[in-house]
Amino acid sequence: MRDQPKPVLRARGIDKFFAGAIALDKVDLTLYPGEVHALLGENGAGKSTLIKSLTGAYHRDGGTIELDGTEINPRGPVESQKHGIGTVYQEVNLLENMSVSDNLFLGWQPVKRGMLDHRQMHRRTREILKGYGLDIDPTQLLSSYSIAIQQVVAIARAVELSGKVLILDEPTASLDREEIELVFSVVRNLTARGMAVVFITHFLDQVFEISDRATVLRNGCVVGTRKLSDVSQGDIVELMLGHHLEATKRKASHASPGDTILSLKGYGKRGMIAPFDLELRKGEVVGLAGLLGSGRTETCKVIFGVVSADHGRAELRGQPIRLNSPRIALEKRFGLCPEDRKTDGIVGDLSVRENIILSLQARQGWTRPLKRSRINQIVDEYVKALDIRLASPNMPIRLLSGGNQQKALLARWLATEPDILILDEPTRGIDVGAHAEIISLIERLREQGMALIVASSEMEELVAYSSRVLVLRDRRQVRELGGEEITTERIVKSISQGESAA
Amino acid sequence: MMRSPRLALYITMATFVLAFLIGGSQYPTMFSSRVVANLLTDNAFLGLTAVGMTFVILSGGIDLSVGSVIAFSGVFLAVILRETGIHPLVAFALLLMITTAFGGAMGSIIHYLEMPPFIVTLAGMFLMRGLAYVLSTDSVPITHPFYDTIQDVVWKAPGGGRFRLIGGIMILAYIVAMLVLHRTRFGRNVYALGGSSATARLMGVPIARTTITVYAIGGGLAGLAGIVYSIYTSAGYSLATVGVELDAIAAVVIGGTLLTGGSGYVAGTFFGILIMGLIQTYIVFDGTLSSWWTKIVIGGLLFAFIMLQKALGWATTRGRRPASDSATQS
Repeated sequence: MRDQPKPVLRARGIDKFFAGAIALDKVDLTLYPGEVHALLGENGAGKSTLIKSLTGAYHRDGGTIELDGTEINPRGPVESQKHGIGTVYQEVNLLENMSVSDNLFLGWQPVKRGMLDHRQMHRRTREILKGYGLDIDPTQLLSSYSIAIQQVVAIARAVELSGKVLILDEPTASLDREEIELVFSVVRNLTARGMAVVFITHFLDQVFEISDRATVLRNGCVVGTRKLSDVSQGDIVELMLGHHLEATKRKASHASPGDTILSLKGYGKRGMIAPFDLELRKGEVVGLAGLLGSGRTETCKVIFGVVSADHGRAELRGQPIRLNSPRIALEKRFGLCPEDRKTDGIVGDLSVRENIILSLQARQGWTRPLKRSRINQIVDEYVKALDIRLASPNMPIRLLSGGNQQKALLARWLATEPDILILDEPTRGIDVGAHAEIISLIERLREQGMALIVASSEMEELVAYSSRVLVLRDRRQVRELGGEEITTERIVKSISQGESAA
Repeated sequence: MMRSPRLALYITMATFVLAFLIGGSQYPTMFSSRVVANLLTDNAFLGLTAVGMTFVILSGGIDLSVGSVIAFSGVFLAVILRETGIHPLVAFALLLMITTAFGGAMGSIIHYLEMPPFIVTLAGMFLMRGLAYVLSTDSVPITHPFYDTIQDVVWKAPGGGRFRLIGGIMILAYIVAMLVLHRTRFGRNVYALGGSSATARLMGVPIARTTITVYAIGGGLAGLAGIVYSIYTSAGYSLATVGVELDAIAAVVIGGTLLTGGSGYVAGTFFGILIMGLIQTYIVFDGTLSSWWTKIVIGGLLFAFIMLQKALGWATTRGRRPASDSATQS
């Protein structure tokens, strides 16, 4: 786009090796003042590695970094910040136990007569945040504000301390639409002031909404830098994957489902989810649609017994049962793949093998350990079936990329051979390729006769695999859609109509 | 962790006032300057220890060595004053250097070797207690004239209260600690470290320096508490002050500081100490209760305050929910 201005940051030929493997191979990245530059690629393509090499969190093995024409060699995020490169991470890296102004000014507080000048600090915090469209009390604890506001405070801190380049690493992953707007308006404001912003995300819509250019990485190499006004989303996806991805289409052949396996009547929990009815049959996928906070996760948790319901009856194959603990659910061959895989799903320091086998072993009881050969057989089978990419099943699961962690979690539940599998946001935060694989896996499982409940915020995805869709709003089931009714428009309409009724 | 630290502080203060009023209503003589003066004098060494403990706990650590450091300090001073002719002030300076360096060394091990503070300071506890035994197994009296001079520094308040120097030292330590924690960059770094050390590192907090300094402060104040204790008892005994570290931790927690770090006030610790002292005073006034009731009441109080912190945390997270976007993560 603007070719005349001098680049603010120019990285050339960045190399990075990990234990002999090439993580980055002669990567170039050029940033101009006032642009939003998206950094795209599948999980493991090298986006994070590139950022960490630029900020000095990793020691790079080759290449040069020029900032405003002078070569720099930062040895850590703090040093690169002094040069003018600030970074904001997906998990807000601020201190919830301290006040807003403490967070903004930590390490560079104004000092008067040898003591911190709190009054000036609060006043300047208020001024700075006003510039970002926030009018909040700077003396309050950061934890008393929402994640989006915390994210803006993190951006403000990074900008105040750096001022030339701002790197946003998945800043919108845990925000809803309105909050994303807030962050985006802040970003537009900054680029108008001449900052260069690097934007990393998995959401292509957002990339096209805010970015000027995009650099696409694949397997540690730059496969292209494009002006986004010249290309379509399909082009970018093709670049990322190296082949064209079929748009997810609704499969016409939804075989007629089998017998009812689980029947819930007036099921609910006060303060979490209003009473709802659900009939789940073998060989069908029931989708749970709704906005963030509409009660999708709560529904999953109530069915699995993570929280026990205080209303209604449940019948499993015609027999009344009480689902008030995950243990019972597990015994009755339920499975739940939770939304937040980092806190509720994986056990980071255990090996991939142990993570996969965890639920099966839990159902067997610790007095009857699984045989080693049986474990290996199961793990090998699922690693192959789900195409989990790993160096060895013995590596700690936290070293895997997001998509592979998610597949390992799925493997954990598939290993228990469940009759009913509940998936909460199975495709969140994973790359396009793994995304498609998980969707086709859901379809395969359905064809094999498993009953699935899938909660997702991506409508297209729900349309692709659901036999029926339950629409939730404000923790209440507002609509059930089936057959031809299942289209993105209908789902969106049901959600918004529910809203207007309130 | 979402809670209002200030509320916990106010509750501690209210507890103290309430306890004082209850005690005073039964024994009106408790409202005398004599009781107040003794409260400060008798708890001076524990109060100083608890200041250091507040720093350590706020930073997310724990220091189990302080009781042994006090005992070591007492024996060290008694022996050095008996064996050599050096002035007590020189001995004090020497001792403070030793205990500060000892605390700093523990901090370095905790930081550089990434060891849990519990284990490192437990080792420090045995080490210091052992060193005290090596110096002397008997109680060694201190008869230096300078000690008599210090003990004679008394401000007689109306009503017969005798405010001694050591109580003043404790109050001074609290004032300085408050300024350091709230009005210096180092103090804010201590809170940052206690909030999350990984985040603090990313935000540019010098983790190594802060950790080492915090434990050095803990050691230094334990040394100062040792000096005060030796003035208070005029002796050094290697079996003294067993379990004082636990009393100090109790005072910090009753004062509203989170044991996980990052939240709390040193002023709260001061009231924690006063509450504990008040219970003891009450039992003395009563005369029929066994002194072990002190421990029982403190145990009950600790339990109540832990429950309170849980309740506050619960109440504030609930309060945030409607305004927040993390509604799905129940």
